[in-house]
Amino acid sequence: MSQNELIRLTDVVKSYNDETVLKSINLYIKDGEFVTLLGPSGCGKTTTLRLIGGFEEPDSGDILFEGKRMNEVPPYKRNINTVFQRYALFPHYNTYDNIAFGLRIKKTPEDEIKKKVGSMLELVNLEGFERRSVSSLSGGQQQRVAIARALVNEPKVLLLDEPLGALDLKLRKEMQVELKRIHDQLEMTFIYVTHDQEEALTMSDTVVVMNRGEILQVGTPVDIYNEPKSAFVADFIGESNIIDGIMLRDREVSFAGKTFECVDSGFGENTPVDVVIRPEDLKLRPVGEGMIDGVVESVVFKGVHYEMMVRAAEFTFMVQSTLYREVGAEVSLRLTPDDIHIMHKS
Amino acid sequence: MKKTILALPYVVWMAIFIIVPLLLVVGYAFTTRTGGFTLDNFSTMLEYTPIFTRSFGLAFTATVICLVIAYPLAYILSQREISHQSLYITLLMLPMWMNFLLRTYAWMSILENKGFINRFLDLIGLPTVTLINTPFAIVLGMVYNYLPFMVLPIYTVMIKIDKRLIEAAQDLGANSATVFRRVLFPLSLPGVLSGITMVFVPGVSTFVISNLLGGGKNMMVGDLIEKQFIGAAYNPYLGSAIALVMMVLIFICMWIVDRFTDDSSQGVIM
Amino acid sequence: MKNRSANALNKVFLFFVFLFLYAPIIVMIIFSFNDSTSRTVWSGFTMKWYSQLFSDELIMSSLYVTLAVALLASIIATFIGTIAALGIDAMRPGPKAVMLNVNNIPVMNPDIITGVSLLLLFTFMRMEGSFWTLLLAHVTFNIPYVILSVLPKLGQLDKFEYEAALDLGATPREAFFKVILPEISPGIMTGMMMAFTLSIDDFLVSYFTSGSKAQTLAMTIFSMTKKRVSPKINAVSTIMFVTVLALLIIINIRQSRERRREEKKLRHRDG
Repeated sequence: MSQNELIRLTDVVKSYNDETVLKSINLYIKDGEFVTLLGPSGCGKTTTLRLIGGFEEPDSGDILFEGKRMNEVPPYKRNINTVFQRYALFPHYNTYDNIAFGLRIKKTPEDEIKKKVGSMLELVNLEGFERRSVSSLSGGQQQRVAIARALVNEPKVLLLDEPLGALDLKLRKEMQVELKRIHDQLEMTFIYVTHDQEEALTMSDTVVVMNRGEILQVGTPVDIYNEPKSAFVADFIGESNIIDGIMLRDREVSFAGKTFECVDSGFGENTPVDVVIRPEDLKLRPVGEGMIDGVVESVVFKGVHYEMMVRAAEFTFMVQSTLYREVGAEVSLRLTPDDIHIMHKS
Repeated sequence: MKKTILALPYVVWMAIFIIVPLLLVVGYAFTTRTGGFTLDNFSTMLEYTPIFTRSFGLAFTATVICLVIAYPLAYILSQREISHQSLYITLLMLPMWMNFLLRTYAWMSILENKGFINRFLDLIGLPTVTLINTPFAIVLGMVYNYLPFMVLPIYTVMIKIDKRLIEAAQDLGANSATVFRRVLFPLSLPGVLSGITMVFVPGVSTFVISNLLGGGKNMMVGDLIEKQFIGAAYNPYLGSAIALVMMVLIFICMWIVDRFTDDSSQGVIM
Repeated sequence: MKNRSANALNKVFLFFVFLFLYAPIIVMIIFSFNDSTSRTVWSGFTMKWYSQLFSDELIMSSLYVTLAVALLASIIATFIGTIAALGIDAMRPGPKAVMLNVNNIPVMNPDIITGVSLLLLFTFMRMEGSFWTLLLAHVTFNIPYVILSVLPKLGQLDKFEYEAALDLGATPREAFFKVILPEISPGIMTGMMMAFTLSIDDFLVSYFTSGSKAQTLAMTIFSMTKKRVSPKINAVSTIMFVTVLALLIIINIRQSRERRREEKKLRHRDG
């Protein structure tokens, strides 16, 4: 176990009603990290979070916290706090008492509570809201109370279960920045769960991509985006074109009826593979000047760029470009070896 | 959470105080004084058939009358201004807060031979009528006591009916009668069923109303049962048999009404 | 549907219905002040029936019994019922449905059946009718209403609030008392009040399950009506009616004050 490793999951398996939700998870989380568990619904990310929080016990495998096994330790004995998806604020307490809840359980003296709650309210920009009833607060405000209520206990780790899901787009983006700021200010470990890949890429130090109870890839946002290790990850993060291809030999692949130079190797010879190309990597050239010729089928204006579907070599490519080509225009697509990502067939 | 164990004390309580007593009723119904199995209790009961008929008949009459009064009443109340509605409902329920016995007793002074109605008739020169100790008095007593329990469920269902459904029907060309038949009535049926249950069941089994307003001459099933358990003619075996039969008959009646409203409501809404 | 003649007709109908409902009550109240034992002939105003009421031993002891049973039964039923509701809420659908159906039996059964069946039980167990059998009977028919009051409140509870409490360091016991209990307490209160009211108002079950030494007010009134004598009955009913009226008014005032407080809170919402 390395120096600043805080949490480690070893071969963790979890089932519900004969359905295996986690199929042997191995993961470690470093002190001070902002880690995001990312994946579609049902991938097991929330279950993983709940296991770390202590609300569930693994069927087998170990959960280690600071090196100590804590499978059977209940939530109220773990130095971890959670921000729940729908906030779970206590309706019969006002804002102050909600935030003070954990401190009062620990029998902290009232004047100390006052100071801590006060600084928390400052941290989440809710000064003056002490006496407000939580039901009179807006979604975003309730969100922040939930965060304050968790953080005031100075846990080692903060768990966040899709906390921004119920907010509208603008508010969500603001809160993403807020959470990042709070994380950086407190230098605390955050474990974040979401299905929104953009959110994951924006906020995290490390992204853990999960699907169907397995971890597919762990890495920084840049790594995951640029070097996806499987078609699923490539497809889940950002947009991608995934075409059938044949790896002829190292650094040479054939698809769309042509042979291309690429940068990947180690796939053997004449191996069927998945070829992944990002839409923004396909450049539009006049006919004949590119590598794959095709026809524009549809154009959608997305503000930042145009998103075009180009039919070429019996495949429909998604192309993102600031150049405009009308429907029916004949175009040619150009790409560099770096843009071609080879994956094992999934 | 492993909290299911908390229900255990109540499970025990229910077994002792709900299940066992009912089993005893069934048991006693089939037993003789000496403890042997018998169907005699049921055959003895046959001679009381007129009482059963009277009870179910009067309860049925009262239920119908309640329905006829309560339905329009519930509708009118649901159309009143919202701020006034809770006041009306409170006024409707207020008499129920006076003791059941006293409410029934109060009617005696109105219905008696020298009661208010007769004295009023006398005053204006009309012949007096015998109102007390008649089936009429019993039905009146039932209607009086149970009317709010018919109004309330129907009213509750009616205020939940989305006004837009009625508007949609009208938009599609329905006149008032059609709107009632095809939209309002079917949707209010659950409330009607509730109300019928809350009037018919107590109506059949009451004995206070028949006791006070019917004199000794209009015995109902409730009086019959009471006599078997309290007083000189102590026969819990017969009493249990009567009680058992009454329960079964009520159950059958409710089941019929249930099926009837289910079928018809489906038919009309489709 | 909103023409004037229909409106007038509605008003007339309403008037007669309410007249029907209140006539006997008004008669009862008026004649409680009648200076004679006649139920129908007015002889003058007096308060003597009211004062006689308080010196009537039987009535006073029945009042005491009624209040004692109602109070004890509602408290015991609330306790057992609340715990039962917690247990039932945690059950899987199958056993839960069974529990709820059996729980409904005292609610759906005619009072006379409840009374008679319990009488058989007490006879079978060789228990004579007494205050204690009366109390057991009252608790039995009260518990279902407590459960029906508390269960919905438990259903509305956000499961995550309990977890949040644990997450913040509360033991399961602390979480229960600090989070769950406060939230279901309106249901508990309502259940207790319903139980109390049902006990006060009950006649049939008490009639069959009590003994001569423990008469409730309703039982005493019943024997009084059979003897058809004194306007003391009218006095009793007037007092009960006025008391309930006062209680309802108080409850109504408290409720509208609550509502106004809630509305004020909502008005203070900032963005």
